[in-house]
Amino acid sequence: MSKVLVVTSGKGGVGKTTTTAALGAALAQRGEKVVVVDFDVGLRNLDLVMGAERRVVFDLINVVQGVAKLPQALIRDKRLENLWLLPASQTRDKDALTEEGVGKVIDDLRDRFDWVICDSPAGIERGASMAMRFADEAVIVTNPEVSSVRDSDRIIGMLDSKTVRAEKGEHVQKHILITRYDASRAARGEMLTIDDILEILATPLLGIIPESQDVLKASNVGTPVTLSNADGAPARAYMDAAKRLGGENVTMHVPAERRGFMDRLLRRRAA
Amino acid sequence: MSMGLLRLLRGKKASAPVARERLQILLAHERGLRGQPDLLGVLREEILAVVSRHVTLDPTKVIVRLERGDEVSTLEVDIEVPNDIERKRAAVG
Repeated sequence: MSKVLVVTSGKGGVGKTTTTAALGAALAQRGEKVVVVDFDVGLRNLDLVMGAERRVVFDLINVVQGVAKLPQALIRDKRLENLWLLPASQTRDKDALTEEGVGKVIDDLRDRFDWVICDSPAGIERGASMAMRFADEAVIVTNPEVSSVRDSDRIIGMLDSKTVRAEKGEHVQKHILITRYDASRAARGEMLTIDDILEILATPLLGIIPESQDVLKASNVGTPVTLSNADGAPARAYMDAAKRLGGENVTMHVPAERRGFMDRLLRRRAA
Repeated sequence: MSMGLLRLLRGKKASAPVARERLQILLAHERGLRGQPDLLGVLREEILAVVSRHVTLDPTKVIVRLERGDEVSTLEVDIEVPNDIERKRAAVG
């Protein structure tokens, strides 16, 4: 049974595209057949983060409008044979995403893949609503910060009312993925805690991705972080999240501070 | 605990609890508004339709306002009716 998963957030810059690439790669590394679909029409970036920017010929809008056939637009990852990309259009307008057209493409993708991961644009406009429209599950990417949590709450409201599943009286299964988590700031009481976020959003946790240089490095070189530094903390957190999406029960690892109390004290004095 | 102690020594208050409280209050309010995004618009249309059955109205002169209070809220409906209303009724009757 194939699943359509939307990666969404409302707020921009929280890590939706990074997460789409990382979860897509992680699921493919586990042997699942995966396609990642960029819904950010006009501001596509998933191709860049996946390192496929020079291989884009046709895009989602071309397929929606019947200009290209789906297999012509799908780009196979060079590292993982189970991983494919359907890029967004860089030149067209998001109004070209009709509900009927997108629905048909999603149906076609369901027939070909185990996972269809839709990378939502920021905001709550057409691109974002189309990305979530046909979803079975949703990953809501949230930073431990007030504006991000507020926007996540708004997006949860949309997932519960504006999706095909919601309109049929069914549920979109929702997961919170906390990204850019900084353990030392959390310890100093400067950042919303995991418990605060989960209590406020009343949605189960899929994983906690620590703030890390690995994530920026991965996008610099166009490689999903689970491949670029597989032993790093973000990669392991994404791999665990992918296992949970697959239904496995994996113990949640809360990133801890690396430095001890004495180290911090000494550093502070030295500074 | 060490960080809590450090904070105490440095005399700084943690800002995260403030963030949490502000969010809880805000979201409780925003969730209440959800699902009825345009209650006032709907009310306005329906009131306009009912009154128009009897009186010719300028649709721009129908104003519906909702004032939120702590205990109760007030719905204010302001309809401007043209003065020749009686003559029109007489003509119809």
